[in-house]
Amino acid sequence: MRRCLLALTMLLLAAQPSRAEDWQATVAAARGQDVYFNAWGGDEHVNDYIAWVGQAVQDRFGIKLTHVKLGDTAEAVGRVVAEKTAGRLEGGSVDLIWINGENFAAMKEQGLLHGPFVQDLPNFQLVDTVGKPTTLVDFAVPTDGYEAPWGMAHFVFLYDSAKVPTPPRSIAELLAWAEAHPGRLTYPAPPDFIGSTFLKHLMIATIADPAILQRPVAEADFAKVTAPLWAALEQVRPALWRQGASFPASGPALHQLLDDGEVDFSMAFNPAEASSAIAAGRLPDSVRTFVPTTGSIGNTHFVAIPFNAAHQAAAKVVADFLMSPEAQLKKQDPAGWGDSTVLALDRLPAEQRAQFEALPRGVATLAPDQLKPVLPEPHPSWMTEIEAEWLRRFSS
Amino acid sequence: MRFVPATVAHGQLGRAQPAGTARQPVRGRWLRLIPPLTLGLFLGPILAGLLGTILPAFGYLPALGGERLSLAPWRQLFAAPGLQAASQLSLMTGLLATAIALALTILAFAAGQGTRAFRRARRLMAPLLAVPHLATAIGLAFLLAPSGWLVRLITPWLTGWQTPPDMSLLQGPYGFGLTLGLVVKETPFLILMTFAGLGQVHADRHLRQARAFGYGRIQAWLKVVLPLVYPQIRLPIYAVLAYSLSVVDMAIVLGPTTPPTLAPLILRWFSDPDLTLRFQAAAGACLQMLLVLLAIAAWRLAELLIARLARPWLTSGGRGGSGRLGHWLAWLCLGVVTLLAIGGLFALAVWSVAGAWRFPAAWPAELTLATWARHLDLLARPIATTLLVGLAATLLALGLVLGCLEQEQVSRKPPGQGALLLLYLPLLVPQISFLFGLQVILVRLGLDGTWLGLIWAHLLFVLPYLFLTLAEPYRSLDRRYETSALALGKPHWQVWWRIRLALLLRPVLIAAAIGFAVSVGQFLPTQMVGGGRLVTLTTEALALANGADRRLVGMVALSLAVLPLVAFAVALALPAWRFRHRRGMASGG
Repeated sequence: MRRCLLALTMLLLAAQPSRAEDWQATVAAARGQDVYFNAWGGDEHVNDYIAWVGQAVQDRFGIKLTHVKLGDTAEAVGRVVAEKTAGRLEGGSVDLIWINGENFAAMKEQGLLHGPFVQDLPNFQLVDTVGKPTTLVDFAVPTDGYEAPWGMAHFVFLYDSAKVPTPPRSIAELLAWAEAHPGRLTYPAPPDFIGSTFLKHLMIATIADPAILQRPVAEADFAKVTAPLWAALEQVRPALWRQGASFPASGPALHQLLDDGEVDFSMAFNPAEASSAIAAGRLPDSVRTFVPTTGSIGNTHFVAIPFNAAHQAAAKVVADFLMSPEAQLKKQDPAGWGDSTVLALDRLPAEQRAQFEALPRGVATLAPDQLKPVLPEPHPSWMTEIEAEWLRRFSS
Repeated sequence: MRFVPATVAHGQLGRAQPAGTARQPVRGRWLRLIPPLTLGLFLGPILAGLLGTILPAFGYLPALGGERLSLAPWRQLFAAPGLQAASQLSLMTGLLATAIALALTILAFAAGQGTRAFRRARRLMAPLLAVPHLATAIGLAFLLAPSGWLVRLITPWLTGWQTPPDMSLLQGPYGFGLTLGLVVKETPFLILMTFAGLGQVHADRHLRQARAFGYGRIQAWLKVVLPLVYPQIRLPIYAVLAYSLSVVDMAIVLGPTTPPTLAPLILRWFSDPDLTLRFQAAAGACLQMLLVLLAIAAWRLAELLIARLARPWLTSGGRGGSGRLGHWLAWLCLGVVTLLAIGGLFALAVWSVAGAWRFPAAWPAELTLATWARHLDLLARPIATTLLVGLAATLLALGLVLGCLEQEQVSRKPPGQGALLLLYLPLLVPQISFLFGLQVILVRLGLDGTWLGLIWAHLLFVLPYLFLTLAEPYRSLDRRYETSALALGKPHWQVWWRIRLALLLRPVLIAAAIGFAVSVGQFLPTQMVGGGRLVTLTTEALALANGADRRLVGMVALSLAVLPLVAFAVALALPAWRFRHRRGMASGG
């Protein structure tokens, strides 16, 4: 599948000249349009970055970008659904969505996305689809050109080195630590994506053959495969923060608990998040990060355009700008968001490559080789089942 | 102009004339349209929205493949994880919060009515009421969290804690935090509604009489005034009950999380990418309404039961003591409620200017305007939207309410109990039970995410409050002022504008300020109708509340609290300035 897509991309790259004209037409059509960018708004670094993008596309392309801040990406999916429900097949209110994983799978499956469009974007040629295969396969679901890669995520654990001198080396050690120190560990309540990803790590650690996670859950015996996961969660539950009777709402809420000293660990999907939070005074200086020696999950986050988006041309121009070396460089700067690039640095001009390489690494950020190995995301159908089962067990 | 005196004779002075033969036919016809227009404007969306929720609850939503009626959504609903616990939590927090708020209100009046301190306390209630629920909730969270300000103030010197305690009122499994938040917000509302109700029943006279018969302060109030005033505040109490059972924004900040109360749980289903959950959510929204009806019915039953059981006590002739204990208890409880509300706002303000402020420091290491400087542009759009929608909805509602009240004057037919109940409908039907259906309709009309749609949605909630606040002063204004003016030869509209409205300037502005405050505080209507395109301070604050930097949250929530307070200040200052040369108007109409 992957190779197939690559071949397709190459083929499309070969047809350059007419596509360049098409792109000029798209850029021309985009001028003066609004773009309602529906993106999770729970992190001020991300919000600041999107505000910067808004200014940049206004200056360059005459596009007025509005950040519609979501508490959960599902809200935007719901909005598109409500519009389809009401028969609004064009002129929809969502132009661009920050998306990946189960939300993408759901929208793609129900035909709620515009595309394929990604191969039309000039900057897509710079994306490292070989070294970063998750830019083409999102949670085991092929993107098929329906979403444009935006950034690379990598799950890390945060810990307060003042209270935990040597971090655990595995999930099992982390849980054992929690049992020895009651009340000092918790995770965001699924379906928050940080909480769900924590469960995925636990599942990968407790499962005999992780390969089955790459296929739809229907092909496996869910109850049997996940029994060890629930056993482990139930066992550690009384030793969790608030005896496992309540859970924080999100990753940032967990960071706040770490900052307040209510817990000793947190989690993030961005290896640089801890460093930028320390720089902003939002976490103690003593916070560091680790990944289990068996590795942690890495994925890509994307932007997609709903099938009924009112301003598709401008949405494409913004999606392309997000992949531009300039925007990617700004995004990776640890003084701001610090989100890793999707680009292949060797395809960039020497000067830009040097700028990427010159970016400082934050005090709590692991080096790229310390983050390995990268574990693949399970098929999204697993997460749907796991979140439902978690709610059944922990929420009544 | 010469015709005017004739009109006066006909309309104003001719009290013996049969009602309905209005002053000027043209004006009467035009005015007569306003009450039905008002009812249509605000009942239409609610009924349509309810229908749009009930049909999917029984499986009918063609766009999602629901073509025929079935009970499947209900089966799905009752199998949903956490449903039972969430419903129980909603019932428990809602009933408990209403009961406590009512008990505090009764205690306050029984112990304080007629005292000067109590009259002064009344003035504090309006601003407390004006602060949006969400701002109060976030302020309380800043105060009461395990690492919150209250714990910091006594740590470590008193508690010996090095880290925050692993327990909390907030977001705990029993919903204590939510109950407390609701009590803090709803007690001022009930107190103000009771003040309004007392005016209707001449409570002061009854109270004096009972005192003259030797009844103690508290017993006199409970035995004589309460039975008279309770029917006056019954609907407000039911409104509090309905609100507390179905609140979303406060529940997200203060309520339990696993599971949450019912309304946030339903909202979660409505916004789930798995579309089949919509049917379940619609059934849940119906269940939410059933719960409210059930709670109101149970409350009514309890009313009857208490009235029956209390009869021997009422007529026993027991005079009671001086009520000193009740007195102190009342002031203590009210003091705690007020301090929590104000302390929360103070916490918001301090966090918004805090530099580093780590547990267990009781005060920030430094105060800085950095947060404000850095994020001020972030506030611009939400503030503009909040102001525009709030002002537009308030002005519209004010026009409609004044029209209705004037028509009432012209036709001499005060609306009956039924009309009052209709007015309370938006306050008694849980928002989530009709907003989903309304959203689908607005999308179909192309009105979602538009100013018109949002202003209309806010109007549904602004209008009842405005009417309830303004009706009493409007009706009780002495008509002879106008009669004199008409006799002096001024046309109707001038008399209305220069005499009635001028005399009522103060209550009109206060009602408008309350309407504006109601609009500012709307979360769910803004979220569902604004479609994320129109964001107000409330939606912005809630998006940030669970996780963003406390400094930023403090800044947004403080702005949210300040906006309605400014409106109140204007409402108080404007008449004072306008009438600065007229001593007779100083205390207001």
